[in-house]
Amino acid sequence: MIRKLCVTLPGLLASGTAAADWTLNMTRGVTELSAETYDLHMMVFWWCVAIAIVTFGAMIWSLVAHRKSRGVEPAKFSHSMKAEVIWTAIPIVILLLMAIPAAETLVKIEDGRDPDMTLVVTGYQWKWHYRYQDEGIDFYSNLDRTSDRARRLNSGVDPASVENYLLDVDNRVVVPKGKKVRVLITSNDVLHAWWVPDLAIKKDAIPGFVNETWFQAEEAGVYFGRCAELCGKDHGFMPVVVEVVEPEDYDTWVAARQAEQNPNEALAAN
Amino acid sequence: MSTVATDAGAHEHHDDHGPAKGIKRWLFTTNHKDIGTMYLVFSLVMFFVGGSMALVIRSELFQPGLQFVHPEFFNQMTTMHALIMIFGAVMPAFVGLANWMIPLMIGAPDMALPRMNNWSFWILPVAFGMLLSTLFMEGGAPAGGWTMYPPLVLQTGDAFPFLIFSVHLMGLSSIMGAINVIVTIINMRTEEMTLLKMPMFVWTWLITAYLLIAVMPVLAGAVTMLLTDQFFGTSFFRAAGGGDPVMFQHIFWFFGHPEVYILILPAFGIISETIPTFSRKPLFGHDSMVYAASSIAFLSFIVWAHHMFTVGMPLTGQLFFMFATMLIAVPTGVKVFNWAATMWRGALTFETPMLFSLAFLFLFTIGGFSGLMLAIVPADIQYHDSYFVVAHFHYVLVPGAIFGIMAAVYYWLPKWTGVMYNEKLGQWHFWLSTIFVNITFFPMHFLGLAGMPRRIPDYATQFTDFNTVASVGAMGYGVSQLLFAYIIWQCAKGKGEPATAKVWEDPKGLEWTVPSPAPYHTFEEPPHVSKHDSFD
Repeated sequence: MIRKLCVTLPGLLASGTAAADWTLNMTRGVTELSAETYDLHMMVFWWCVAIAIVTFGAMIWSLVAHRKSRGVEPAKFSHSMKAEVIWTAIPIVILLLMAIPAAETLVKIEDGRDPDMTLVVTGYQWKWHYRYQDEGIDFYSNLDRTSDRARRLNSGVDPASVENYLLDVDNRVVVPKGKKVRVLITSNDVLHAWWVPDLAIKKDAIPGFVNETWFQAEEAGVYFGRCAELCGKDHGFMPVVVEVVEPEDYDTWVAARQAEQNPNEALAAN
Repeated sequence: MSTVATDAGAHEHHDDHGPAKGIKRWLFTTNHKDIGTMYLVFSLVMFFVGGSMALVIRSELFQPGLQFVHPEFFNQMTTMHALIMIFGAVMPAFVGLANWMIPLMIGAPDMALPRMNNWSFWILPVAFGMLLSTLFMEGGAPAGGWTMYPPLVLQTGDAFPFLIFSVHLMGLSSIMGAINVIVTIINMRTEEMTLLKMPMFVWTWLITAYLLIAVMPVLAGAVTMLLTDQFFGTSFFRAAGGGDPVMFQHIFWFFGHPEVYILILPAFGIISETIPTFSRKPLFGHDSMVYAASSIAFLSFIVWAHHMFTVGMPLTGQLFFMFATMLIAVPTGVKVFNWAATMWRGALTFETPMLFSLAFLFLFTIGGFSGLMLAIVPADIQYHDSYFVVAHFHYVLVPGAIFGIMAAVYYWLPKWTGVMYNEKLGQWHFWLSTIFVNITFFPMHFLGLAGMPRRIPDYATQFTDFNTVASVGAMGYGVSQLLFAYIIWQCAKGKGEPATAKVWEDPKGLEWTVPSPAPYHTFEEPPHVSKHDSFD
């Protein structure tokens, strides 16, 4: 347990989602694309700040300097072709500066070729089912039981006393570090969405359709996520937990899982 | 028969016959001012109904754990809050303003289709009565979100057909209102008012009305398909029968995105009236404002899938919708810059309508910034369905659309009632609303970025602090609105300084040429647009 916690804790701190209150910003995450996404987010944010300084600055200047109480005479002008052209053209240039890097990242996000492994995720009201396509492992993942008890109306349990309240699950998804994991997402009933902020993945789970996305986590740790598409009464209570481990640990985990799931086959293989 | 004779006898004294007495005045009225008043009062009532639902939501989210309501009921509250605020509060308020002001601004005696006008109003109380009655039904009110995404919405209990039918009725009312606005504007302008001389409020409403006519039938079609999927064995959206749940989202947002502009364009029009008045300077770039609003309306039809970047679209589709969405920033920017240029070197005063317009200008722009961020697809994958989106659309709808409506109410209330509102209370209302609206919605940006999804009744403990702040803000904002109702009530009772015809210092427009309060019948003869009232 303590060993597990030691593995978990740095992950928590890195994720920024569980460790600190008053979190202000998006996580940088633990994949190349999550970092790129974060950089895009910050780039657009700073552009907005710059535009706001200029625009709000001009407006505030008017509010201060052009008050009637200062005895100013209103000017008479009501149009200027030059001004209109300038403030149409400059935004177009700024938009291009944002659109190009955004499109580049998007192309990378959509490039799911040559995965190392495939994870099939199925949304249920209100839990997730995971199947490791080539490893023959599959299991359901529910909200962990302490949280589930505490979250009932007037349960009398203080959420603050529950470790990882509404974050943790009974069965975590375990994946190897540094491997390209293809995620196939579908649903068994209504729409869900599988969201792990640190992996910069959010994809809708749609009944009858299979969506595809991928990630390659570069840091070991435990990454909390959640269902992001309204799916009924317990929408808020179906978290996602992805545990990224060293490839050796992953192999051990797979072997243990396989043995647990198909004891006979495991014996035969031995 | 006798009434006919009396009417014929009173031919020369049109302005003499005032409203009927009692309830019949309101039930049978075809007068644009009466109907406008009813729309506005209805909208105010719905604002409080939808607002109290928001307070249920914010109370539950005040701290982690469930304290007050079950998750099922929480979802009913989020769904109903949205439907009521969009279709019951904001849209009827705009139609009410259109009814009151468009005939006064274009020099028309009334709306072009007065009986239809009556009907389009009276459909609304029926529609919302029905929608609200679902709260007491087996299975409760609709809880699948106002977007009504299948398959979840098909799990609605007895409320389902009532939801669909009330949406049909709201659509019907909106379409009739829109037809009326278009016909009035196109046919009933006083002779000298050419299209490009029309005030901006009239212009933005004309564009809005076309948007309404284009998209409300699409919504009606989408919900009808839900209805047949549920009851008549069709499989439009049922994957098991060969349908596609995502197709609903495409159809819905083909309605939904223009709807976003239906909710904001009239507010653009309003502040294009107020800012020049209180800057004592003509609106900067009137014509380019018209072109900008028209471009926004056009673009609104080709950006719908930016609400759906996580459904699994082809790369080219995502790129197209990203670029088209970013493009909307250009005409929107033009509008903001033109408002700023209108104030530039004006002579500004800060009466309540101007204060609300200024808050609109700053805070709507913040909502525009987050909208631009949301257009960036990779970042949107993180923002989508998080509180960042909740913050974004509340910034454009509350200090955007609703502050626009409040600016309009304070601006024209003296014209409607004949008395000035209490300026001191108005300013109190403004400052309380503006402070609390930011305390409520600004922290939601942080919550979304930290990973809190929307539409959840309970959250992990790291989201506690900002949720508590937001809930406190929401309570403050809600309570402040009682002041708004009180101020309006005072004016309606005629308490206050008598207002002059012009009300403000030299405002432009025909509505200021009639006395305050505006007589029951105005402009029976088409007025001349004097040099003074013109918009060149």
